[in-house]
Amino acid sequence: MTRKIIGGLATLAALSLTLSACAGAGASPEGSADGITISYSNFISNGGNEDNLDAIVAAFEDENPGITVDVTTLPYADYFTALQTDLAGGTEADVFDIEYANFAGYAENGVIAPLDDADTTALDASLAEAYQSDGTQYAMPSSFSNVVLYYNKDLFDAAGIDYPTADWTWADEQAAAEALTDEASGVFGDYQPISYNEYYKTVAQAGGEFLNEDGTEVAFNSPEGIAGAEWLVNKNGSTMPTVEQGAGTPDFDSGLFLDGKLAMWHTGIWMFGALAEAPFAWDIAVEPGDVQKASALFSNALAVSANSDEKEAAESFAEFLSTSSAAAEVRLNAGWELPPISDESVLATYLGKGAPESRQAVFDSLDAVALAPSIGDNQAEMQDIVTEALSEAAAGRMSVEEALASAEEQINALLK
Amino acid sequence: MTITTPRAPRTEAASARATSAPPRGSSRRADTRYALTVLCFLVPSAVPMLAFTVYPMFGAMWASLHEWNLISPMTWVGIDNYVHLIQDRDTQDAFAHTFYYIGGYLPLVYVGGLALAIALNTRLKGRNLLRGIYFLPVVTSWIAVALVWRWLLNPSSGIVNQVLAQIGIEGPGWYTDPAWAMPSIILASAWKDLGFVMIILLAGLQAIPQDLYEAATVDGAGWWRRLFSVTLPMLTPSTFFVIVISLINGFQVFDQVYAMTGGGPAGASQVVVQQVYDLTFRYGAAGEASALSWMLFVLVLAVTVIQIRGQKRWVNYA
Repeated sequence: MTRKIIGGLATLAALSLTLSACAGAGASPEGSADGITISYSNFISNGGNEDNLDAIVAAFEDENPGITVDVTTLPYADYFTALQTDLAGGTEADVFDIEYANFAGYAENGVIAPLDDADTTALDASLAEAYQSDGTQYAMPSSFSNVVLYYNKDLFDAAGIDYPTADWTWADEQAAAEALTDEASGVFGDYQPISYNEYYKTVAQAGGEFLNEDGTEVAFNSPEGIAGAEWLVNKNGSTMPTVEQGAGTPDFDSGLFLDGKLAMWHTGIWMFGALAEAPFAWDIAVEPGDVQKASALFSNALAVSANSDEKEAAESFAEFLSTSSAAAEVRLNAGWELPPISDESVLATYLGKGAPESRQAVFDSLDAVALAPSIGDNQAEMQDIVTEALSEAAAGRMSVEEALASAEEQINALLK
Repeated sequence: MTITTPRAPRTEAASARATSAPPRGSSRRADTRYALTVLCFLVPSAVPMLAFTVYPMFGAMWASLHEWNLISPMTWVGIDNYVHLIQDRDTQDAFAHTFYYIGGYLPLVYVGGLALAIALNTRLKGRNLLRGIYFLPVVTSWIAVALVWRWLLNPSSGIVNQVLAQIGIEGPGWYTDPAWAMPSIILASAWKDLGFVMIILLAGLQAIPQDLYEAATVDGAGWWRRLFSVTLPMLTPSTFFVIVISLINGFQVFDQVYAMTGGGPAGASQVVVQQVYDLTFRYGAAGEASALSWMLFVLVLAVTVIQIRGQKRWVNYA
């Protein structure tokens, strides 16, 4: 019996030796004689900006002979699942994308390296500070973007309605949306996702708060919060397509707009590139508010893995993608999300770079920003609760008041 | 996704096993040789099994005793995760929805698969082609199947509702309506797995000796009588196999839910494995998710053991 076991163990040992020999041969270590290779995993270039990212990477490699960047691009929808799995397994890239909403979590958990040598002088100060924790820079902003009101000029012209302006309120948008909606030809007046990301902003537009001052309780179950929810929910099925009609499925809204079947659309400036080929005239305006204006602001950033063997090279790549004029130029020329730089003369060149005409609205939107509520660990759950409550109200299975009361109760439980 | 694979319906395996047993009373050397030979055959499947199933299972057991968000160090919490899950309303709902799924899926796929198998066991022209066609969905990716079904069941423009409208029925909201989300998933799943059940039952049907039918016919048995008194009893080993496998797959239902509804609307189709996924990747609760996986594993194991124990009462190995 013992011999059998020993025999078995010997076989296993021999096998594992063979296996490890294979593994050793396969994975040639980074930083061989002719240079360093760093890996970069991103979602920011997915869906149309892959070539633009390649151009920035090529510029970096030209400037830093001996460093090669190995780029992996994933769709946003899968990116964070992959990143978390990689972080848990210790197989994350040297440099990886994160976004402002989840920055705090990564910094707190010690998985991203402090970037002590990074030069942030070229950056917009508030964007650079957004990625600091206790005064230490933990990530480099790669871009910022916001949400504006896109509109199809041809549809407005055909209906004889004036284009949206920065003075528009919800009432103006609603009136235009009703006039533009044409069931017979399948044209919808308006589209705005019924979700958390829209809702915290509409609460602010109605003059309300999402959370109370010290962030310990929900504050959206208020007349303003109800107004914000009703603004989203009441459009559903009248001027805006419903879930049954396909709302919420991937590419539904962009497809509808590109087909010329959507007059007004609330979405981010990252869609400029995708709309370049639209067979009709379109433009943008600052999002209408209710008692005040409030626009959403998003930002992505680059983090360096705390486990990276090539921290120095990784940090210089992150810095290049964030602050270099080469990166800024590619972004501005492509109408990609805006570079996080402070030099207004460079940013101003963005205004003259083609459709849409009213690019000034992108900067005007920054005058009144609705900051996204941030509650730390339970962020994703909070967002899901809000989106689900609003969807229930939109489907008519709950009243707006019931939905918000239920969301309030669930989120307050998370905040305890 | 299969945890346990019960043995296939017995054909000639038993007799083969009897003849290949080690030569008793031979020398120790022969014993060792035999053990090594067996080991050589086992290693290719045992190594991946240990590395990718057994080791992660115990890793998950360890994780289930901790609070862990995948990226931070683990914090020991003992059995708190289990205690919390048992009291948690969402967990109870996820189990209830999973049972609902099994309750709808299993009868549908079995009866459908049986009907197909019987139909294609006749001397039908082009039956091989038909068998191939019915088996095609089994080997198709769930993502593709889910997209097609979402398109078919689209409440406003889908073919199903358009056909229903033609005959004067107003179709439901399918996957967009909480009351119809699970039936939508059941329908798509049964359609996809029909071919698998058909193939197993077809093999079972072909093993039934023709003289039993001849004898039954001579005794004056009609088609239904032969179905209930010959076919179904003779088919019990295959039926047992289908039920065990389908139940395990049913408890582990995930792909179609993820791709068709994501557990919605309003959590109406949230099943256990989808809940494990959400806890891990959306809510940063990998410890709790591991605990839930273990609860599911123990349940599947218990159900499977009960089935194997209970098979003597109704499975007829002629």
